[in-house]
Amino acid sequence: MKIIEIKNLYKIYNETEVEVKAVNGIDLNFEKGEFAAIVGPSGSGKTTLLNLLGGLDAPTSGDISVDGTSLGKLKSSKLIDFRMNNIGFVFQAYNLIPVLTAKENVEFIMHLQGKSKKERDARTKELLTAVGLEDRINSRPTKLSGGQQQRVAVARALASKPKFVLADEPTANLDSKSTENLLDIMERLNKEEGTTFIFSTHDQRVVNKARRVITIEDGKIISDEKKN
Amino acid sequence: MIWSVSWRNVWRNKMRSGVVITAVSLGVFAGVFAMAFMQGMAKQRVDSAIKTETSHIQIHTPEYVNVNDIENYFTNTEELFENIAADPSTVAVSKRVIVSSIISSAEKGGGVRLIGIEPERESEVTNIKERLIEGNYLEPLKRGLPAVIGNKLAEKLDVRLGSKLVVGLLDVNSQPIYHQFRVSGIFKTASAPYDETTVFVNYSDLTSITKMPKDAAHEMAVLLSDNELSGLMASELKQGFPNLNIMEWFDVLPELKYMTESMDVYMYIFILIILLALGFGIVNTMLMVVLERVKELGMLMAVGMNKRRVFSMIMLETVFLSLTGGVLGLVLGTGFSEFFETHGLDLSGLYKEGLEAMGYDTIVYTNILPEMIITVTLMVIMTGIIASIYPARKALKLNPAEAIRTDN
Repeated sequence: MKIIEIKNLYKIYNETEVEVKAVNGIDLNFEKGEFAAIVGPSGSGKTTLLNLLGGLDAPTSGDISVDGTSLGKLKSSKLIDFRMNNIGFVFQAYNLIPVLTAKENVEFIMHLQGKSKKERDARTKELLTAVGLEDRINSRPTKLSGGQQQRVAVARALASKPKFVLADEPTANLDSKSTENLLDIMERLNKEEGTTFIFSTHDQRVVNKARRVITIEDGKIISDEKKN
Repeated sequence: MIWSVSWRNVWRNKMRSGVVITAVSLGVFAGVFAMAFMQGMAKQRVDSAIKTETSHIQIHTPEYVNVNDIENYFTNTEELFENIAADPSTVAVSKRVIVSSIISSAEKGGGVRLIGIEPERESEVTNIKERLIEGNYLEPLKRGLPAVIGNKLAEKLDVRLGSKLVVGLLDVNSQPIYHQFRVSGIFKTASAPYDETTVFVNYSDLTSITKMPKDAAHEMAVLLSDNELSGLMASELKQGFPNLNIMEWFDVLPELKYMTESMDVYMYIFILIILLALGFGIVNTMLMVVLERVKELGMLMAVGMNKRRVFSMIMLETVFLSLTGGVLGLVLGTGFSEFFETHGLDLSGLYKEGLEAMGYDTIVYTNILPEMIITVTLMVIMTGIIASIYPARKALKLNPAEAIRTDN
């Protein structure tokens, strides 16, 4: 079942009068439950593509539809709600709220969604247990290691039960052990929850785990391999 | 959750928030204390004027209000007296005969208001008896008729206790009369002009000298248990005695009412200026906060925090920051004001003469009112809300995709 359809997507920047085609005519689909990596050299357009997929940036032309909803047709306020309910984000620098504990960080989006305390508590416990941080639920981010923070970020991304999770270089700041651990957790959650994960990465370890590897260069897809 | 995040954000940079909170608390403290001080001064002036000069209600004939002539008196005063005294809000009533006259000692002379009073009743209405600094309150003398004068008049006429005074006036038939009195007491109130132009004599002496009827009066003064009751009593009297003119204290001394009201306005303007200055400091701090948290704000917007919530979060943080300082300042200001409300602030060493000349006491008892605290709290909250608008708008203009990738 297709959950993301990208049609003829362009993102063109006019920097200093020289046109930069960061995304140059991409057609791409993602199925439910995929564990996909978008790879390519720096400046190839990975992050731009991820931003467009996440509705954080608008394409110059083309269309992205998620489960039949065209992102380009949503008004700004509707798009924010759409992101909240359908897309999970994991960032390179974890980006947790420093004044909140691990539990509160995971709960935050559910608060915004207006979910009941009972529901929030159950989901938070479930996710923090799944990422192996059940004993650190009351720790603030500054008391957690980079790997632990990124695990909280993964739990947060999944808290709203999104259709897919976008992870922009999630392992870039982690050591090998933490990376391996994080990838295992994400792979497990991908299977258990059926949530689609899409990474942009340079990291070969992520590429090795991914079941689909999309390579882009100069804003174009040059290969799209699915592993068995 | 947003409330909790905003409150915790206040304490992220303790030093910076501490500086802002200290500034706000000092500003609010200064404002509140200044208000309590001015309010206290005004209240004392009003209370003193009521107790010494006007009482709460004054009753005259309409003609007397227009022209203070001796013939504009009213009679049947005892009936009126009984009627007013029966009201539970009445503390005391007294009747007065007031005659403009010329007074002279052996050395000097001047114009005064000669007020004929019944000392016992009058002492319950006005506090002149307590303000006596020498002599007694119109007790009979072996020779001559007693007169109580203000210390300023005594200085002006160069007289002492027992000195002779000659009073020149017109009686009810407009015949000039000169009569001799002796100084039996000297008083001193907070108002120097009053002390220089007022002479008290016995009611019976003055009615007899001026050939007025035995129960005549130019003025009846009523003291009530509370300043706020004067309106009710005045309207009752207006209904019951339509032929008489009923005045409340502020009708008698309108400038006192304007002064009290304008002082309130000045004080709120003063606090507004303090808060305006503090507001700019708060805007600056919150701008720094927003610029430091670009990445975090970008993340919040990305994961689904809409503009209204981002705005609320920054606004709440600003209000919490301002209000923490505001509450501290209010506690300090109220504490100091409460202390000086009972102990009094002695200004006699600073500008005694000036204060007395304007009718103010030199020891000021501050007066803090609950509505002042509520108004100042609301003003601080408003300052926080207004100060948050610019930084919050800055935050809303962030592009989440770019914000997430910045270094802050």
